Amino acid sequence: MDAMIKTPVAPTAPRIAREKPLKIKARNVDVYYGDKHAINDLSIDIPDSAVSAFIGPSGCGKSTFLRSINRMNDTIPSCRITGNIEIDGRDIYDKTLDVVQLRARIGMVFQKPNPFPKSIYENVAYGPKIHGLAKNKTDLEEIAVTSLKKAGLFEEVKDRLDHSGTSLSGGQQQRLCIARAIAVNPEVILMDEPCSALDPIATARIEELIDELRQNYCIVIVTHSMQQAARVSQLTAFFHLGNLVEVGDTDEIFTSPKDKRTQDYITGRFG
Amino acid sequence: MTDTVIAAPRRLGNSDALVARRYRSERRFKFYGIAAIAVTAVFLVLLFADILAKGLPAFMEHRLTLPMKVDQAAIDPQNSKDPKVIRAGDFDGPIRQAFRDLFPDVTSRADRKKLMGLLSSGAADDFRAMVVRDPALIGHDAKVPVLMSDDADQYLKGRQTGVEKFPGIGTMTAAAEGEQFKLTTDAAALPTPGDIVRLNGGAFRVLSIGNGVLLAEQLTAPKSLAPAASGTWDILRFTVPESSRRIDDQEALWLEHLKEQGLAQSNIAWRFFTSGDSREPELAGIRGALMGSILTLLVTLFLCLPIGVAAAIYLEEFAPKNRLTQIIELNINNLAAVPSIVFGLLGLAMFLNFFGLPRSAPLVGGLVLALLVLPTIIIASRAALRAVPPSIKEAALGVGASHQQAIFHHVLPLAMPGIMTGTIIGMAHALGETAPLLMIGMVAFIVDIPGSFTEAATVLPIQIYLWSDLPEIAFQSKTAGAIIVLLAFLFVMNAAAIMLRKRFERRW
Repeated sequence: MDAMIKTPVAPTAPRIAREKPLKIKARNVDVYYGDKHAINDLSIDIPDSAVSAFIGPSGCGKSTFLRSINRMNDTIPSCRITGNIEIDGRDIYDKTLDVVQLRARIGMVFQKPNPFPKSIYENVAYGPKIHGLAKNKTDLEEIAVTSLKKAGLFEEVKDRLDHSGTSLSGGQQQRLCIARAIAVNPEVILMDEPCSALDPIATARIEELIDELRQNYCIVIVTHSMQQAARVSQLTAFFHLGNLVEVGDTDEIFTSPKDKRTQDYITGRFG
Repeated sequence: MTDTVIAAPRRLGNSDALVARRYRSERRFKFYGIAAIAVTAVFLVLLFADILAKGLPAFMEHRLTLPMKVDQAAIDPQNSKDPKVIRAGDFDGPIRQAFRDLFPDVTSRADRKKLMGLLSSGAADDFRAMVVRDPALIGHDAKVPVLMSDDADQYLKGRQTGVEKFPGIGTMTAAAEGEQFKLTTDAAALPTPGDIVRLNGGAFRVLSIGNGVLLAEQLTAPKSLAPAASGTWDILRFTVPESSRRIDDQEALWLEHLKEQGLAQSNIAWRFFTSGDSREPELAGIRGALMGSILTLLVTLFLCLPIGVAAAIYLEEFAPKNRLTQIIELNINNLAAVPSIVFGLLGLAMFLNFFGLPRSAPLVGGLVLALLVLPTIIIASRAALRAVPPSIKEAALGVGASHQQAIFHHVLPLAMPGIMTGTIIGMAHALGETAPLLMIGMVAFIVDIPGSFTEAATVLPIQIYLWSDLPEIAFQSKTAGAIIVLLAFLFVMNAAAIMLRKRFERRW
């Protein structure tokens, strides 16, 4: 058992990692919640302009690792992290790095749609406003409209930008959250099970959107649905019990996994 | 040997006794609940009925409407039209004269004094205010409202004695017999001893009855001793004996006369809301206490809200979770349970003796109440902050808001209804608080209406306490009236809190 838990090192790097520039590099990351060892010695390379999916059974550490990338775990007092995570070669746990600036560069979409209980416009304009991305009101409006268009929501809400964000349907709310995330011009978008609270039609729309956004952003998505991972991602990482078991091109992971646990999981034998 | 015995399948009806017992227990529990609520409701209804029955008359007062000439000689002899001169004019004399003129028969000095006792000692105030407001009245006829004394008012409200009136049927004849009078009648229904027979403009109190002949003493002299026909005389019967009421038969007759003439009328006592405390019940009002309460609560609010909310935000969102903050939290929770009089002692020692702030001042009262209410507001605010879903904060942090921005832009506005609810409930608590204010000298007879934070003042609950101590029946009524006002304020505040909660409940 001990021998098997060792992080597998792929003989050759995944194809997508060779094609696209490296965005996020994690080396020997360990995360603890108090005494609980949530992630064990994790190393991974995540390419830019691609969708990387983290799959694995509940409690395997995939969300924890996702939240380590934008240091959202800092808000949990008992959380401790060691190792090294770099974005574009810059250590994000460096003491001189401002965590707020970091989060502005990394958008995040949560499992449950969480629009602010304010108007649709204010939801999207909030980020650019606090970061001073707009010189004046017209600029701000333009950013908001562009973001809503990119998120594929503008046509549906253009007549009611002053309505509350919470009045939208679940799928629309999630797209609003995506619009809010891209309004601050991030480089990376982290998505923590973005479709788990949505119906299949809304899910399909979000997946389409993810596919479009992949041109310009480094997207990391945590998902429980293996079909979703297969549909939207180019790179897939399989987590199990806090270990990164296997990482590789999505088509390879789903057709010829190298690790037995991966195979068991994707064939539905556990998880 | 542990052979597993497979039980026979359970069938419906196997456990009828069990089910019946369960139903009985549920019915019993329901009954206990209803009984508890019924008991509470009965007590509540009794309490409110008592307060309302006693207090509502305090909002009414009886005034005479006396037609009189507004005499220039008495008010403004030089015709200066100067409000100062008018204010200093004699308004009491004309009122007394006009009132005396209503009872030309009353001539003896003692009777006149008694008659004047029916008017309030502040009866001239309304007249003065009326003329000062409209000096053009001088020299003309006017209908002047004249306030009655508290006893007369209580009598007219029926709170001294019940009065029954029987029209006289048959003929009644009065004849003098020594000091007393003999009344002879062919009426079927005879008066009983103690009743008063009014005929020919006079009044006789029945002393004894024998054989259809009534022996009576004269209260008011009749105009003639001619036989009074059916319908021209009547009988008055008081349910409370003369010795147990503050208005004697003579005064009662005068008041009945005023009532029958339509001169004494019941009006809304705006005075109750516009004047300060007084030794005369009919002149006393709650304005001073109300102002005192408002000034005190303003101080409390302006101290408590910012300090309480700031403390709550810091403790809930920013403070490191260590031993020190745990001790602080524990102490805040304990402070909320400290008896209020202790805060009064603290205020006395600190604000009055150490800092030398003025006694009886709303400023000090507000400071003491702030100490009292602060824990409540901190606890309520923390609960409100905690109730905001963390996903909102995460969303703000996710788009790159700083911790402070996330709190002030998103969490605090959502927690605000909860914070306001807690604050209003805290304020309502402060409004009803008496004990700590006793310690800092806010218990005093203060006639002037306080206009600033450092003037001597009292507050509503203390006014109630002060009035409840006074012997006059009218003050008992005022006490209940002030309680009604206090309760009304508390209801309004609590209703506002509930509305806020309902209005902004879970918008996410």
